[in-house]
Amino acid sequence: MAVVRTVLYLVVYPGLLFLFVYSTFCEWFDRKVYARFQNRMGPTHTGRFGVLQPIADFFKLMAKEDVVPDAADKRLFSVLPVIGLAVVSTAGLLLPVWNFDLANPGWTSFSGDIIVILYLLSLPTLILFLAAWSSTNLFSTIGGARVLTMLFGYEVPLFLAVLSPAILADSWRLAEIAAFYQAKPLLLLTNILGFFIALVAVQAKLERTPFDIPHAETEIVGGTFTEYSGKKLALFRLTFDIEMVVASGLLAAVFLGGFPGGAVVGFIHFVVKTLFIIFLLSLLRALTSRIRIDQVVSFAWKYLAPLAVLQLLATILLKGLIT
Amino acid sequence: MNFQIPIGPQHPALKEPISLRMTVDGEVITDVDIRLGYNHRGLEKLAEEKTWLQNIYLTERICGICSHSHSSCFVQGVEKLMELTPPRRGLYIRYLVSELERVHSHLLWLGVAGHEAGFDSFFMYTWRDREVVMDLLEMISGNRVHYAMNTLGGVRRDLDEGQKARILEGVAILRKRSEYYFHIGASEPSFVARIAGVGLLSKEQAVSLCAVGPVARASGVARDVRKEDPYAVYDELDFELCTADTCDVLGRVVVRVKELLQSYRMIEQMVKGLPDGDIVVKAPRKAKPGEVVSRYEAPRGENIHYIKANGSDKPERLKVRAPTLGNYAATLVMLRKGFIADIPLIFAAIDPCICCAERTVTLVKAGSGEESVVRMSDLRRRAIARHQNAPVKRNAVWPL
Repeated sequence: MAVVRTVLYLVVYPGLLFLFVYSTFCEWFDRKVYARFQNRMGPTHTGRFGVLQPIADFFKLMAKEDVVPDAADKRLFSVLPVIGLAVVSTAGLLLPVWNFDLANPGWTSFSGDIIVILYLLSLPTLILFLAAWSSTNLFSTIGGARVLTMLFGYEVPLFLAVLSPAILADSWRLAEIAAFYQAKPLLLLTNILGFFIALVAVQAKLERTPFDIPHAETEIVGGTFTEYSGKKLALFRLTFDIEMVVASGLLAAVFLGGFPGGAVVGFIHFVVKTLFIIFLLSLLRALTSRIRIDQVVSFAWKYLAPLAVLQLLATILLKGLIT
Repeated sequence: MNFQIPIGPQHPALKEPISLRMTVDGEVITDVDIRLGYNHRGLEKLAEEKTWLQNIYLTERICGICSHSHSSCFVQGVEKLMELTPPRRGLYIRYLVSELERVHSHLLWLGVAGHEAGFDSFFMYTWRDREVVMDLLEMISGNRVHYAMNTLGGVRRDLDEGQKARILEGVAILRKRSEYYFHIGASEPSFVARIAGVGLLSKEQAVSLCAVGPVARASGVARDVRKEDPYAVYDELDFELCTADTCDVLGRVVVRVKELLQSYRMIEQMVKGLPDGDIVVKAPRKAKPGEVVSRYEAPRGENIHYIKANGSDKPERLKVRAPTLGNYAATLVMLRKGFIADIPLIFAAIDPCICCAERTVTLVKAGSGEESVVRMSDLRRRAIARHQNAPVKRNAVWPL
């Protein structure tokens, strides 16, 4: 019975199938919001209000011809999309929405899982770099170099911003951090600065405007994905969708008080809060233009990182006051 | 890491084929080479085989955006050759369409600039509002792109009172929107960060490289045919010459938006002061021998048509200098020392219309890159020989 439960947990809910359905829904939501900001309709045709459009796109891409360039490192080139998908899906299991017991840490919720989830969210960046490098295309190579350059910019502010609420809650476990803020909701206000820093950093991690530099269409064609097509590209796109869900779930758990109230109410909390964060990400995407790679790095180190340190200092002072 | 990246002939930033070969060091461009000739159509030769009247519709097809500019430029020249004086009302309607075309071209360009900078919201908004002027043009001429308004000695369609009222309404909407875009283009931080100080072209360089149109004006060179050599109705209109002194892409955005506002002023003046009378006079079939140079300020800059007549009903020679050609030399200077990320912006900032400017073809061997000059008859002979010897391909499998 335990085996069946684990298999269901991994494959159906909240594993691959749920993440697939929910992340495509989030992609639809993002596309629709983005389109409405631009005075467009967005997807309308497939399913009611076009809800099924991302799924249709996924299956269409799966059916397309899959070309592997002659000069590419074929094994690495082919295996990277699968690894990327596996990594972000694993990160999805660690969100404290389902199957956690505050008193008894298990293998989905343990002390230090916030570090693990941050680590798992960093891996796709490296995978993208390897994918770009192994496809040997000129535009991909430039895209790969940009992926890594950007990583140096946003990773430190993201870590500092996400860890400062954990310091205040005095725990490295997502479920406990969320429970701490559920008990004292007013303390959430002290982390607002960190929330916005993390939001910008997540936008950069997801490579969306203004940080869509590694695959800037008008500059370097497809960037990292120039040589990817068919199934592999479909998996990469799904990876980004799931990464968006997991990253917004992480921000919701840390900055918005988590998902209290058991399975059903907790799940509603999860949907509302992640959609709220995705709405903010779409807003940022609609309001800005793409910036240059050197501007990303200088922006991250001149503004984001000092502000994140400020947030950290404020948190430490506050913690001294409270205890 | 020094390598060459090919921007074009096929690239998402380019809407038409041209090849920019960038030698880059990391993200910085060290050298630029430009190759033309991917879209040569033999228009000038074709013009020699058509009559004066047919050529109006041919020149209109030189460009898909400034179609009216080319046909007006041509018609102006031919009217001078034929010693025709079009009626005032005809001229007013012709240049009213010119200014509406400038509005549609500049709005289109603003959207493209936004898209190249990754600012797609700006793109969507400007193109939505561009529909207003497209509808006006369709109402006046029956077409959205190739208006076919010009004819020798005037224009082909008249304006009535209802149309005049609708033009004024449309212009009022567009003026309000353009002021908003001026605000966005000059103050949205991430957009300004991308375009300020990018693609520098000093005033001296702009003069010495013969830059034309908004590129020259953004470098502080007050050069505009409408002011310097006012043709037809422009000496009767009250408008300002727009320049900027920042010499960068931001300046080119500002100049174009200011020109939009000036165009609205001119359109209102022309609609309100539209004279009564005929719109066209009858033109002769043949032109006397002679030659003429016709200048016209197109949305992209100065457009020059050189027309030579030999007394028949066809031109002996038609030479078109499209404004984009005048800006290529300046583009190479602007691109040097820039970032890869700036390529689409700098190149788009000259508002390139590549097929208008194509006048030659270079034959390049795909394998070795060797270039050669070949006579047309020789090329034809080679093509025949190649196809005679080639085996018939059935169910050919193309290698990927």
